[in-house]
Amino acid sequence: MATSTPVRHAWRALTGLLVITALMFGINALGVYVFKQSSWSPELALDLQGGTQIILQAQTTDGADPTTEQMNQAVTIIRQRVDASGVGEADVTTEGGKNIVVQIPGEADEETRQRIQASAQLQLRAVLFTGQPVTSYVGEDGKETPFPTPDPSLLATPTASPTSGSDMSWITPKLQAEFLAYDCNDPANDPASAPKDEPLITCDANNQAKYILGPVELDGSSISDATFGLQSNNGQWAVNLKFDDEGTKTFGDISQRLYGATAPLNQFAFVLDGLVLSAPSMNAIILDGNPSITGSFTQESSKTLADQLKYGALPLSFEVVSSDTISATLGSQQLQIGLITGLIGLVLVAIYSLITYRALGFVIIASLVVMGVLTYLALCILAWRMGFRLSLAGVAGLIVSIGFTADSFIVYFERIRDELRDGKSITGAVEDGWGRAKRTIYISKSINILAAVVLYILADSTVKGFAFTLGLTTVIDVLIFILFTHPVMQLLARTKFFGSGHPLSGLDPEALGAVYRGRAQFRAPAVAAAKGPQGRKTARSRGEAERRQTIAERKAAELTSASKTDASQPGTRKEGDD
Amino acid sequence: MRSMSQLGNDLYSGKTSFPFVGRRRLWFILAAVLVLASVLVPLVRPVQFSIEFTGGSQFTVSGLSNPDQSQATDAVHSVVPGVATKVTTIGSSAVRVQTDQMSPEETQLVTAALADAYKVDTSEVTASFIGPSWGADVTRQSLWGLAIFLALTFIILGLYFRTWKMSAAAIVGVIDVLIITIGVYALAGFEISPAAVIGFLTILSYSLYDTTVVFDKIRENTHEDGEVSGRTFGESVNLAVNQTLIRSINTTVVAILPVGAILFIGAFAFGAQTLSDISLSIFVGIIVAAYSTLFVAAPLYSFLRESEPDLKVRDERVLAARVRAGVPA
Repeated sequence: MATSTPVRHAWRALTGLLVITALMFGINALGVYVFKQSSWSPELALDLQGGTQIILQAQTTDGADPTTEQMNQAVTIIRQRVDASGVGEADVTTEGGKNIVVQIPGEADEETRQRIQASAQLQLRAVLFTGQPVTSYVGEDGKETPFPTPDPSLLATPTASPTSGSDMSWITPKLQAEFLAYDCNDPANDPASAPKDEPLITCDANNQAKYILGPVELDGSSISDATFGLQSNNGQWAVNLKFDDEGTKTFGDISQRLYGATAPLNQFAFVLDGLVLSAPSMNAIILDGNPSITGSFTQESSKTLADQLKYGALPLSFEVVSSDTISATLGSQQLQIGLITGLIGLVLVAIYSLITYRALGFVIIASLVVMGVLTYLALCILAWRMGFRLSLAGVAGLIVSIGFTADSFIVYFERIRDELRDGKSITGAVEDGWGRAKRTIYISKSINILAAVVLYILADSTVKGFAFTLGLTTVIDVLIFILFTHPVMQLLARTKFFGSGHPLSGLDPEALGAVYRGRAQFRAPAVAAAKGPQGRKTARSRGEAERRQTIAERKAAELTSASKTDASQPGTRKEGDD
Repeated sequence: MRSMSQLGNDLYSGKTSFPFVGRRRLWFILAAVLVLASVLVPLVRPVQFSIEFTGGSQFTVSGLSNPDQSQATDAVHSVVPGVATKVTTIGSSAVRVQTDQMSPEETQLVTAALADAYKVDTSEVTASFIGPSWGADVTRQSLWGLAIFLALTFIILGLYFRTWKMSAAAIVGVIDVLIITIGVYALAGFEISPAAVIGFLTILSYSLYDTTVVFDKIRENTHEDGEVSGRTFGESVNLAVNQTLIRSINTTVVAILPVGAILFIGAFAFGAQTLSDISLSIFVGIIVAAYSTLFVAAPLYSFLRESEPDLKVRDERVLAARVRAGVPA
């Protein structure tokens, strides 16, 4: 018996399950100990660990949906902004085509919010003055002395009204003092919000230089395109710009003014979010609106600058559509509630399974335990590989799946019982019940998986978490059904306790009403047994009782004549026509 | 549980049988009444939409030993006098305040005022701002998901069962479940929130799953009956539904136990809004789904098929044979 085919299959399936489990353990162990990126607990989403989530929606001036490229650019820029505000581990992702989700651990201060929300503004300003990014000088005494905080009484308005963006009279004594004391690294300095019609003190993006820039002369919307490529004459990487009509005219005027001026007044700065991206000098008068920026570019850096200029040229701004701050206390409290209810749900299902299916209930419980282990491992691995974070909705998905998973076992056990009622042996009933149940399980579970996939693709982040856990548990459910529940049943059917149909096994053929009993004998219609309040029910019971005989005998006596069988169907007909 | 397995045996053999198909006219009328009632519920009791749909600001103060609601209103009004506020106590240790949309400065001031009023750290105060378009976006996406899912399901079930009539019956059953569940949900006075929308979508999936299991048994029975069946088509369908009845009952109980645990223990005792919204919609939906499969989808399928010429001929032959055999009607 021990080497019969079902038994071999059963052991093979169980070994397969063990291998899969070990493999998942191994993968995650690799992640934890070798790559140091994974952990032995699933990552939690903001609503469970506390933090801030801001959802921004892209607003285009013409109302069209932004392109994927634009959105990716926006994510890059917003990520830079969040990083610049000194918040670690921020998570910036796109969602549903036009939303950007920013998740920050802890609380976000107002400044960070402003910074994230500000639309990317590309400005073109003339350079008035440049210098090292220092805030101190070595005095006559040979000591390092910080530049003093500007005296508020210093003159702040130009003595002579400036005639152009390059007019040195923009630089007032106060501005000069501020420039000297300007610290590029001080987060309190926010050049992005500076007024457009005034000069600006700022630094470049890498804090390599400080600038005083003139007022805004052109903004990003006047750049219609920016590309990068190799220059044909010298083989250097260059960024090629293309201005629109108005931009061409204005830029022509500027280039005439700047060309030939003394450095740094011949430099022209591209400013993104208040920081200087590039400040090339004007090497020619450009009237066709197609300037090129050259310098020590690599392919990579020219591409980056071209993208930044092009993106800055796009009329894309963001509006906060939702902002959430979850306190860490509330988060851990909700997780706790989720875990407690999950445990209670599990216990209730276990109790009900034991009552209904007796010892078979233990098979359900064991299956659910295996399910729990695999799901837990899957969540750890997915957190590592895909950045999956378990949210409260995801926890709800897991709890709900307990019941949905137990259902597939119920379908199976009921099928086994049906086979037993038809008079099969217990080992036979397990095999045949499986044959029928698996069809049902495959089709119905694929509907569930389909739902999860559709939801996952279409839905926003909250629904995604839920759809994901529901889909994941359904897949694992089917896996366990094949590799655990059925093999275990095959093996149990060969034990004395289950195989002989012990009353407590849940597979008692006596209780299930038949072993071959109905084949040759005709049970008297149980008229008296009908407990229904109406006479109609009595009549029906009689009819149905006789129909039962047809089922019991169906397999043995397939060709019973129709008239003979039908002779006992009065109640059914009445019912069918009702 | 002796009686349960006895009932299972009797249902399987046909000794006991509930007239799901036989009395279908009654069930259809009942379903129509339930659907109509669900549609009319909003007239009696307008549907409440959560802050995600209406837009606004929401503050939650947690970690309180004595959540007194009036302090919250006072604190908010000290910053923005006269603004409409809705204060609810969640569980035994938290207070939630919903207001109209506030500016970022006001939000900060209110957060500080609330922390001050309840003498907790500002980190215990959760502040959310939700634009009015947010919930609408979620819903629009969900409706798309719904439409695509139903279309795909229709095709897959049609291919599997080799008849569009099962697909149609299953989908009518699902829509029935959705409408009634939303009706009950609204009647219970819960706000429709994105979490509830998730719940409704889950119900969709669960309901179709449930219907598919029963339909698979119907397919098996009607297929096996073949030409020599002593049963009419409707009787075969009815027997299949009865034979899976114990499964339907057990499944429903097992599925609502964990959901019920979330609903009663999680939501009412501790107050986690997301959990209570999801679980109430799923709790109601599972029960309605079981009802709908038995009383709407299966009888409807039988109704759709019975008029097919082949089946009509066969049914007439079966009935005629009974009359010939002298069976009293």
